[in-house]
Amino acid sequence: MNPMQALSRRIAVVGVGNTAYGDFPARSDYALGAEAFKAALDDCGLDKRAIDGLLCCRVPFYAQMGETLGLNPRWTVTLPGHGRMSGMAVIEAMLALETGAADYVALIYTNVGRSRRMNYGGGESASFWDPWGLTSPGASHGLMFRMHMERYGTTTRQLGEVSVAFRDNAILNPDAVMRKPITLDEHASVRRIVEPLGLYDYCLVNDGAVCMILTTRERAADLRKPPVLIAGVGARDAFERSAIGNFDPDFWYGEVREAGTQAYEMAGVGRDEVDALMCYDNFTPTVLFSLEGLGFCERGEAGAFVEGGALGLHGRLPTNTDGGHLSNSYMQGWALNIEAVRQLRGECGARQVADCEVVQYVAATPCTRSIIYTRS
Amino acid sequence: MSAYTPTYDKPLPEIDPYSEGYWELARAHRLSVQACRHCGHLHFPPTPVCPACLSDEQDWRPVSGRGTLVSLVTFHKAYWDGYRNALPYHVCLVQLEEGPLMVGNFGGGAVPDGVKAGMPMRATFLDATPEISLVQFVPA
Repeated sequence: MNPMQALSRRIAVVGVGNTAYGDFPARSDYALGAEAFKAALDDCGLDKRAIDGLLCCRVPFYAQMGETLGLNPRWTVTLPGHGRMSGMAVIEAMLALETGAADYVALIYTNVGRSRRMNYGGGESASFWDPWGLTSPGASHGLMFRMHMERYGTTTRQLGEVSVAFRDNAILNPDAVMRKPITLDEHASVRRIVEPLGLYDYCLVNDGAVCMILTTRERAADLRKPPVLIAGVGARDAFERSAIGNFDPDFWYGEVREAGTQAYEMAGVGRDEVDALMCYDNFTPTVLFSLEGLGFCERGEAGAFVEGGALGLHGRLPTNTDGGHLSNSYMQGWALNIEAVRQLRGECGARQVADCEVVQYVAATPCTRSIIYTRS
Repeated sequence: MSAYTPTYDKPLPEIDPYSEGYWELARAHRLSVQACRHCGHLHFPPTPVCPACLSDEQDWRPVSGRGTLVSLVTFHKAYWDGYRNALPYHVCLVQLEEGPLMVGNFGGGAVPDGVKAGMPMRATFLDATPEISLVQFVPA
């Protein structure tokens, strides 16, 4: 049994908000964070004075965020701008709410990487391997995918199925950065970045901010919209094998399996009850690794699983219905978590998954996390 | 053995007390991994204490230089200016027969004929500067 079982469906997401996504050189992290926070407050109808917990992720300085928002919380946490942090942050907030360390937690994520021209490699992130020219998370995923190709016969065209499905989803999302259709042939012919990966296997780099407001299920009952419940969570880190950043020789298979199993058990749902998957897609191979780890297909068969639009809105497993990091926005998992909430509320318009009752978030990374959100 | 290039402009290592033993052996064209004096655990790159038993008594142990190819990637993007004129370039990942994974480049720069995972490889060295020699791998 999941040792966190007692927290199942105790904590609710009551408010979500986001800014526009794009290139905003004139706007600071704090301006973007404040906009997302205001949107999330409006979404749940809370007065900002009720917020007594503040979690900042990628925000340069939590105190300046609090100053900007005029908050004096009794619980404040700051997390770095790593993609793996969003699921970790939601779990931290759950614990704070359950223990009474805070009654209403605002989780704020900001990102100005586009307008400040971040490269995600080279001198920005020095490592032991620089003298051999190995740098960037994309290269690590290229190394892993090449291994997957050799072991299982997976093809780069199957990665294209992921890109095309998420782009097709993004076309239905008015907030998405990339809304021009792409084809499998364009995925194959677009410029290579770190082969075997090309441009359309990489996430976007854009500015923006996301806010989520969480409270207990009891307090949620008084707020504007029906709560979305955190039914299950799962976690496993893999630091022992992390000598090459963002690389794992086993694609975090065991960690994803373990985190997924914890989440399913805690939520009391099976993977076949998942109506939509929100899958961390920093690079297309991560999606294949996640599908195999969670058991949506057998090991080595994710390439075949994603063929024929399986991850599209009307496919067998609607995934990243907002377009994900590949086509919606590089909000490092945060936009996927608010998409889960909006799908369960039925707010997604043209991209709404019919009868959506169970949505799973997963991030296959050195800190693997999965969260299952439900309506009841 | 390659002659050293006076204009070498690619990234060079930042040598610290934990890695200097590795780079000293590399200068002599000996590949090594960190070995715990207490429990014998082998690992790479260096850590300040043994990740298995937490002992801080560690040595640099020369290894055979033999291993198998695990993976490779080809960079078409230069993350450092020194690579702008070197694109595309290849990076390989080799599992040493002693266990640890090691990143390198292919000797001579080109991808070996018939490259595939599991291919036996052996270490050679490129003298980048008088102080720094970089491990490279060629088919064994």
